[in-house]
Amino acid sequence: MMQAAGDDEALIAFVYHEARLIDEKRFDEWYDLYADDCRYWMPLMRGQPQSAEHTSLFDEDKLLLKIRIERLRNPKSYSQAHPSWCQHILQAPRMESRDTQAGTVVLRTPFMYLEYQQDQQEIYAGVAWHHLRLGGEKILIALKKVELLNCEAALPSLQLFP
Amino acid sequence: MLDYRHSPAAIRALVRDDAVHRDVYINSELFDLEMERLWRAAWTYVGHDSQVPNAGDFYTVNIAGQPLLMLRGSDGVVRVLLNRCAHKGAKILGAGSGNCGKLLRCSYHGWTYSLDGSLRTVPVKSGYAGTRFAASEAAAGLTAVANVAVYRGFVFARLKPSGPGFEEYFGGALSSIDNLADRSPVGRLEVAGAALRYMHNSNWKMFVENLNDTMHPMVAHESSAGTARELWQEQPPDAPRPMVIEQFLPFVSNYDFFDKMGVKVYDHGHSYTGVNFSIHSSYSAIPEYAAQMEAAYGAERAQSILGESRHNTVYYPSLTVKGAIQTIRVVRPIAVDRTLIESFTLRLVGAPAALLERSATYNRVVNAPTSVVGHDDLYCYRAIQEGLASNGNEWVSLQRNYSDQEKEGGSLGVHNGTSEISMRGQFRAWAAAMAPSGTGA
Ligand code: FES
Ligand SMILES: [Fe+2]
Repeated sequence: MMQAAGDDEALIAFVYHEARLIDEKRFDEWYDLYADDCRYWMPLMRGQPQSAEHTSLFDEDKLLLKIRIERLRNPKSYSQAHPSWCQHILQAPRMESRDTQAGTVVLRTPFMYLEYQQDQQEIYAGVAWHHLRLGGEKILIALKKVELLNCEAALPSLQLFP
Repeated sequence: MLDYRHSPAAIRALVRDDAVHRDVYINSELFDLEMERLWRAAWTYVGHDSQVPNAGDFYTVNIAGQPLLMLRGSDGVVRVLLNRCAHKGAKILGAGSGNCGKLLRCSYHGWTYSLDGSLRTVPVKSGYAGTRFAASEAAAGLTAVANVAVYRGFVFARLKPSGPGFEEYFGGALSSIDNLADRSPVGRLEVAGAALRYMHNSNWKMFVENLNDTMHPMVAHESSAGTARELWQEQPPDAPRPMVIEQFLPFVSNYDFFDKMGVKVYDHGHSYTGVNFSIHSSYSAIPEYAAQMEAAYGAERAQSILGESRHNTVYYPSLTVKGAIQTIRVVRPIAVDRTLIESFTLRLVGAPAALLERSATYNRVVNAPTSVVGHDDLYCYRAIQEGLASNGNEWVSLQRNYSDQEKEGGSLGVHNGTSEISMRGQFRAWAAAMAPSGTGA
């Protein structure tokens, strides 16, 4: 079996690539970056423990990601009559930790995220944590945790993926 | 220029038996009058007493333009005080929630207050010697809202000094709060974690009406719940249903399902859908919980508590309750086209963690600003807000299943679930508050 490239440069490029796939709405390719048991998590509170007993803004498994992607393409998604578009602006990802034995790494990426729809543009900022799995043929996202700067604020509809 | 403030007849003319004029959603003078005449006269939801468990714990809110604070005193009593210093009016607590210790201290000139709101100390008080101070409003301390009711932990306040009593105002609608609290084997609820806060760029009444609008899910939510259904159809029929699938699929039930659900209408604008069953009825059982409930209440009573699965109860105008899934949504109007909806997850004290997990999941998937179901709904409210600008048809139809009997008090009680009778009931309450009879033309 081929080993996923585990050098820092390849992993950093992976994080940029993930954001680009969202911005370009290449959702099938994006979906394939995620492990089958993945989590796409955006907590509602600062320092929130990862527990099913606390609600979150996002806490998606692969099925929920799939539902979101297919919904965006559904012609009856009236809330997408004017399609939403987004742009990630990433600060350079930094390697936070590496567990060679387990074949996992964690990268930290401060970001700005803009979501635009019908004359309205929202600006978000925060820090993304990519927990990546390296053991297999390709790099997989086990967990993407998005800490939104204004997670506890009253938010408008946020329809894409920070 | 029409002046609604001084013309009760003009306000009355906005509400027909089976339709309302578009101005009720888009006219900002009417919005200001709603805050004064409807919201301040109603019993509105402030918060839950579990948010202030200890002496000195506070929670601040803004209701109908009034900055308020809910505060637990050293005597254990939960009070609602105006969040306004008795000196020059600074908000006394700026944070949303926390503990203020043994006293409240104003950030400006340092006047301090006891936890019951009474004035405690004023720096260099000698400066007031020989003045009217002692007999003035300033010496009376923080103003307490006189009419506060705590019902099974739910704290309500009526800001206007006179009006109907709490039990009279809500009547039989309180049974939904009872059923929600009774679902805890010890009869107690706790707010779990933070609220999901979703800003709606639409009038508050669109949200409130929608909670008992059963003709929209199969249309508006086809994109979200319908997509989930389609994806799930690819699975073998015996595949175990994940929780989110269980929660999504009933949204796209057919018209007959929602009609048979039933709606129950009370006086003063309150109502609930899901009299006979609801979209929450067929969640998979949690046997450990059922056994706990039986032990706590006895088999018969436990069955009657869990046998209810009400969909949404509207405590007009400020609170909506989903007892069967233990979430509540609080309505905070900000402007004629701006409404904050805060969605709280409740823990059934003493129940297994699986229930809280189910509530937290539901709230995230359905009620959050990141929820695909929420996106569907808000899109429609916004479409109404913009569509009503059209001249040529100024009326909003509420005619589904209307009958003239409603005028003679025939609106109360149980009706078919897809009737628009709950909305007509809300507007009857609206008109009564906005232009009380006997207030002339
Ligand atoms: S305004 Fe509060 S002490 Fe002066
Ligand atoms: Fe809806």
